[in-house]
Order: sequence, then C-alpha cells, then structure tokens
Amino acid sequence: MSKIANRQVICDVLMENAREDKDIVVLCSDSRGSASLAKFADNFPEQFIEVGIAEQNLVSISAGLAKCGKKPYAASPASFLSTRSYEQCKVDAAYSNTNVKLIGISGGVSYGALGMSHHSAQDIAAMCAIPNMRVYIPSDRLQTECLIKALLSDEKPAYIRVGRNAVEDVYEEGNVPFEMDRATVIREGTDVAIIACGEMVKPAVEAAQLLETKGIHASVVDMYCVKPLDKEAIVKAAGNARAVITAEEHSPFGGLGSMVSQVVAVECPKKVVNLALPDTPVITGTSKEVFDHYGLNAEGIAKAALEALG
Amino acid sequence: MSNLKALAYELRENTMDIIMSGKAGHIGGDMSVMEILTELYFDQMNISPENMEDPDRDKFVMSKGHSMEAYYAVLAKKGFFPQEEVVEKFSKFDSQYIGHPNNKLPGIEMNSGSLGHGLPVCVGMALASRMNGQKCRVYTVMGDGELAEGSVWEGAMAAAHYKLDNLCAVVDRNRLQISGNTEDVMAHDDLYERFRAFNWHVIDVKDGNDIDQLKAAFEEAKETKGKPSVLIANTVKGKGSPVMENKANWHHKVPSEDELAQIRRDLKERKEALQGE
Repeated sequence: MSKIANRQVICDVLMENAREDKDIVVLCSDSRGSASLAKFADNFPEQFIEVGIAEQNLVSISAGLAKCGKKPYAASPASFLSTRSYEQCKVDAAYSNTNVKLIGISGGVSYGALGMSHHSAQDIAAMCAIPNMRVYIPSDRLQTECLIKALLSDEKPAYIRVGRNAVEDVYEEGNVPFEMDRATVIREGTDVAIIACGEMVKPAVEAAQLLETKGIHASVVDMYCVKPLDKEAIVKAAGNARAVITAEEHSPFGGLGSMVSQVVAVECPKKVVNLALPDTPVITGTSKEVFDHYGLNAEGIAKAALEALG
Repeated sequence: MSNLKALAYELRENTMDIIMSGKAGHIGGDMSVMEILTELYFDQMNISPENMEDPDRDKFVMSKGHSMEAYYAVLAKKGFFPQEEVVEKFSKFDSQYIGHPNNKLPGIEMNSGSLGHGLPVCVGMALASRMNGQKCRVYTVMGDGELAEGSVWEGAMAAAHYKLDNLCAVVDRNRLQISGNTEDVMAHDDLYERFRAFNWHVIDVKDGNDIDQLKAAFEEAKETKGKPSVLIANTVKGKGSPVMENKANWHHKVPSEDELAQIRRDLKERKEALQGE
C-alpha cells in the first residue's frame, strides 16, 4: 500500500513547479491542512492565498487572478467546491473561460462518517453539465502526478477530484502509461469491459483478475478523463465484449455510468450495468466499509460481470 | 468636464437605439449608471482598444451585467466595436451582442449576468496586480439590489483583509429593483455602516449622476491607502426623462412609440443644454 495520498502528490508537483513559475498560485478556503497544501503555504507564502471559509469567494477570486495571468489552483473539499460554489465554477471559471484549476479534495465518500453534507456524490454530474469544464478523477498517486503536470501546461478550466486517503498503486513507478484526455487501457479482454474511474479502478483490476480465474476475459479501462470522455476507448473496449460494467464513487445519476451508457447505446448497443453509490444518504463508515457495503469492490464488480454475462 | 456631461446624454440616446432595435433591455439601470460608466471610461480608467493586451491596463468588471445596453454604448464610443453593429445585432439570433457581458467581445474582461460575482472576481484581479507589482487599478459597478447576494460580502471581506487599495467598487444606488423600492424588498439604508464595518473607505456621492461629484470621489478613492474604497453613487433610475425616472416598472421595459418620442425629446434637450455649458 502506498503511503502517499493523491492530494499530497498535487502539493508536491505544484511545489516543484512553483519555484520556477511564479504565476502558480494556490488558494485554500481554510483547507490547507485537509488539502495537504500547508507545506506549499509555508514554502511559498507569496504564492498562496487564504480566503477563509468562503468557497464562492475561492472560485471567483481564482478567476480574477487567472484573468490577470496567474495560474490558480483552488483547493477545497469536493463537496463544497462542486456545489457551494457551483455557480462561480459555471460563470467565472467555465463561461468566462479562465485558467482556474479546481481541486476537489476528499471527494466521494472520503469523509465517511461525517455524513452527506461532506460527501461529494454529485460532483461528476454537476461539473460535467457545465460547458467548457473538464473533469478528471485520477486513480492513483502516479497518475495524479502525470495529470497535474499536464494541467500545468494548459490554460483552460478543469475540475480534479481526489480522495482523502492514500490508495494502492494501480500503476508502477517509472512506468505510468498516460496520455492527456485518453483513457488508460489497463488490460484487454473480450468477454466483458469494466470501465472505472478514481478509487474504483484498483478494484476493477482485481475484479478482472478474479474473473480470469473463472476463464472470463475482462478488459479494464481507467477513465480518469470523465470529461472529455474518451469515447473511442469505450467503443473499442465495449465493441467486442458481451457486456459493460461501470464503477464509480458517485450517485447513480449523471456520472461515469450514465455517460458510458449514452455512448454504448448509440455506438455498440449492449447490456451496461452501472455500479455506483445509491440514491440515498450513504451508510456511515470508512470509505472501504462503504464500498464493501454497496459492492463497490473487486468481488462486487466481478459478481456484476458474471450476472451480466448470464 | 461639460463635454462628459453632454456625452452621457449622447450615450443615453445611443442606448435607446440599442434597446429599440433589440426590443429588450434593462432601461432603468442603463440610465442610472450612465455617468458612472462615462466618468470611468472617458476620464478615470486606462482602458482602450489599443491597450487590451497590456497587462498594466486598468481592469473593469460590470457586475450589474444587466445594464448591458449602457455598457455597449460606452464601449462602442470607446471604439471597441461599431455602435451600428450593436444596434443591428443586439438580442438577435446567433448574435454575440447578448443581454449580459460576453467576453468574446473586445473590451469585456469577464462574463456576468448572475449578480454578486463582480466584486469577488475583482478581488482576484487586484491581488494579481499587487503580486505582479503593477500600478493599475481595478473597478467594478454593482447594483443596489445586487447587494443582497451573500457573495458580495465574501468579496468585501477579502478585499479589506488584503487591504486592496487598488480596488474601487461603485454601487449604483438608484433605490429601485424589479419588484419595487429596495427598502421594501431588502433594506440597504445602512449601506455606509455595512461597508465601514467591513473596513472599507466609503465615499458618499450625493448625486451619482453628476460627473463632477463622481470625478472627485474617484480621485479620493485613488488617494486612499490601506483599504478598498466604495462609492455609494445616489442615482436616479431611468435618469434622463420624467417618463421613466424613478419608476420601478421601467426596470426592464421597451417604450411605446409615444413614450419613445418623449424620451428622445427629453434626452436631446438635456444634452443640448449641457453642450451649451
């Protein structure tokens, strides 16, 4: 198990680049600790802006900074960033087309027992529905590093969601296949296609291994780029398979599952099963307990695949 | 200054052309804000079609984005786009000249329309200017009804916390909003105390439709160090003709032919009187 959370990697990459690039600015809403950005604030006080507990301000101020040539990274819990400041994301970041990178930390059910106010099970749906907003949900620390480096070199708004805890590596250090806005095909298989994002990618890979022991060949697609969705990768993976399984840490509506289903329905119609959180406040527990309860784990994904294949 | 006073009336006439062509527009607020925009664009701010790529230019965000027709007339007069083009295309199918600021058009920094965004955005701009070591100033104009948006006060809080003396906000205090008198809808008569409590420098502009008073207030704001300034510009909604002055139902209204004729006569008369000053 890696000891490094994805949010920590974001801080490391930004610090690495902030030395050279003085336009990089990090903004927090009393969230520097939870975002693992306290080290950035300590080391680059001239490039750090605290806005207090005011997420709307966080995004609008970021947009103003970006309009004047800065490269703002606004980090706040995903639940508040994506819905409390939704209109600022829509108008000031996306509609005005400012170079604001929105870092939603402790996304999904990372905050476990803190309840629905702190869960972000709507952020994919909300953010994807905004024209000119990109949505990225990296699966591990290594992919997060590649993603943030890529985002540093563009000038468009984006929303990035990461979880709170360190997660197991999906990729190998020094050998991370990554192409911006192209899904990573982790393994190929002709029976069933498993398409996942974020913390669901690792269990998807494990599910494919379980299925392999039963003689079922599953492909696994890491759709870290939820928007722009890599349709080509979906069609390629789903095209030959008999069924498609999607897995995400999100509401069953308007997330990765909905988006993949839209593509499959038109391009290569076949059965698609969406594994997601339920349309109800999720049960109390750690991320793992919650995932296990709802079958968002290797066994659950493998079971869904077997059922779908009949 | 007499030329700017007359210019404000010429721009009101141009605004009427835009409204009549598009058969739409927030006419009341267009008329109340006209001297504020005229003084900003033709006297205070270092903004022109030639310097929009210059990072040292002043910055402006039209937070009360619905007063777009007045803003079009001002930007057209500054040479950002032809007035005739605005008149031809305003509110028409597939036009860039929509009813709120659209930053695909030259001269417009930020999109707005939803209220309460301009001030927080300007906080970011003012912070960036300071970080970049630029001398430029940042301006925004808000409506008084807009001040009910909580995000205005998030912006006000941060501007004071960061002592942004390069930031100047203007409140177009015309005392009317779409549903009626601001004091009946949501009271703002303690506006001065509120901004002072947020540690802003508050400047009372007794007649916010008077170019001389506005100029003096903007100069005072420039001299104020260590805190942001706000001008409470006491204006008249629908300013320019008794047909529409101080009438809430003229918030968004297209005049009838008779009303239009009277408005045009009144604007011309006042313009010519000011030209003669």
